[in-house]
Amino acid sequence: MPLLYIIVFKYVPMLGNIIAFKQYSITKGMFGSPWAGFTHFERFFNSHEFWRLLTNTLSISFYTLVASFPFPILLALGLNYVKNERFKKTVQMVTYAPYFISLVVVVGLLFQFLDPRTGIVNHILGWFGVDPINFMGEASMYQTLYVGSYVWQNVGFACIIYLAALAGIDPSLHEAAVMDGANKLQRVRHIDIPGIMPIAVILLILNTGQMMETGFEKILLMQNSLNLRTSEVIDTYVYKVGLVSQAMNFSYATAIGLFKAVIGFVLLIIVNQTAKKVGQESLW
Amino acid sequence: MQQHSTIRESGSDRAFTIVNYVILSIVLLIILYPLIYVVSASFSSSYAVLSGKVWLWPVEPSLDGYKAVFKNKNILTGFQNTLFYTIAGTLINVIMTILAAYPLSRRDFHGRNVFMLIFVFTMMFSGGLIPTYFVVKGLHMIDTVWAMLIPTALSVWNVIIMRTYFQTTIPHELLEASQMDGCNDFRFLRSIVLPLSGPILAVIALFYAVGHWNQYFNAMIYLKDPGLYPLQLILRDILVQNEVKIDMLGDVKTAAARQGLRELLKYSLIVVSSVPLLIVYPFVQKFFVKGVMIGSIKG
Repeated sequence: MPLLYIIVFKYVPMLGNIIAFKQYSITKGMFGSPWAGFTHFERFFNSHEFWRLLTNTLSISFYTLVASFPFPILLALGLNYVKNERFKKTVQMVTYAPYFISLVVVVGLLFQFLDPRTGIVNHILGWFGVDPINFMGEASMYQTLYVGSYVWQNVGFACIIYLAALAGIDPSLHEAAVMDGANKLQRVRHIDIPGIMPIAVILLILNTGQMMETGFEKILLMQNSLNLRTSEVIDTYVYKVGLVSQAMNFSYATAIGLFKAVIGFVLLIIVNQTAKKVGQESLW
Repeated sequence: MQQHSTIRESGSDRAFTIVNYVILSIVLLIILYPLIYVVSASFSSSYAVLSGKVWLWPVEPSLDGYKAVFKNKNILTGFQNTLFYTIAGTLINVIMTILAAYPLSRRDFHGRNVFMLIFVFTMMFSGGLIPTYFVVKGLHMIDTVWAMLIPTALSVWNVIIMRTYFQTTIPHELLEASQMDGCNDFRFLRSIVLPLSGPILAVIALFYAVGHWNQYFNAMIYLKDPGLYPLQLILRDILVQNEVKIDMLGDVKTAAARQGLRELLKYSLIVVSSVPLLIVYPFVQKFFVKGVMIGSIKG
């Protein structure tokens, strides 16, 4: 049964990508529709949306990757040196919690806090004589808000794996270091960080592979007509062209989606090769 | 009083500890504050919320927001639907995952590597939005509960986690011994493997349940009948698209009061929709590290 599922819901859609090369019409079906070659791809590359979509997609993904990578590591390193068990447990409990809150609610929270009239952030700014800012309507703020809320939601959960890795470090290394007169900062630098390096690299590779995938649902939720300039990415565009717009164009949307998948795949290979060259772990 | 046998912390170490505690406390506050604020706001009066008087604890306590939430029919149906999708969906997920993970964990399973490759490949390359939509449409699942349950029936990532768990914790000798005693594969899976896999089953089930509880996108593209809408979709209309219909607020007269109750309703709704999961997760929390860690080990 699982195999059947995988074939029907994963491989059949892959095959379904052929409509990217066809002039799909509902009446003729997937196989009856005439071939269109690369016309859909060409149309996309030549459209005035192309560069904006590509840069938005890459910049949001890259920004998320860079910003979300160090925080869990720092949190884990910090927690590792906390002796008070109760404090440690509290911090962990609280930092995990946002992970279980749905994207809809997280975006809802953003809207509530940043609302120009009723939000608490603008209330506070008001005391300093700052006029209310319509954060969600500012295209220039969009990506920072997206990434910031992403880190807020995921830092605690992502830190679990580093904590586990830190717990796996041989305690005799620490004892020896203390004997040699190393202080805590030196121990972090020379024992802990090298100790979690392999896991960090693997996670970085995995995250890079997912770079083109993540966040689509949240990006869509946070989008409005005012911030579209910086918030429209390939995925949301595919969704709109393929499923929402008046004149649905399945073939065109599929072609764009396929283009994105190929970029993601190429990125994954590049990162993996780089990691191999540097002499670190790699996925294969 | 420092005892002689312990090494005294040096100055730099003490500084490190203090800085560490301060930073962690700030992190704690940043993450905790929005959560506390939401809960407090939901229990305050609408006037206090609108005028920004709520800081930490509820001001002029009231239950108006919750009354509005529980009076609303859409929200209640959404809640029921989500409950159903979460329970049924998680059940399907867990069964499918076991069925996939168990054979893949057996060393004597022919063609194991080929199947593994078939599974893992889908993690790196997927069919895309539109073709997947066509498959669901072709199976006539649009606008049925199946659209919420079947397309997400299995996560390859969780299969790998479970497979690795089976491989590392259940010794091969156990299988041999039970086969000697005339135990077949299904019996072995049911009476030996599963009882030994409690922690991983709990973690996997929680992961899936969280996914179902928070699912809105599939509902958005596959469902048209509002009677099938999960809670998240209704939340999206109210929280993100700000579509609070007047009749949701009952018999509120003035525009200002309506505006206030509208905000209050949102805070209460956030609490109501998030609390169930936040209650469950501390119970499963102790298994997390194990579960997440196993997933990271290369099989």
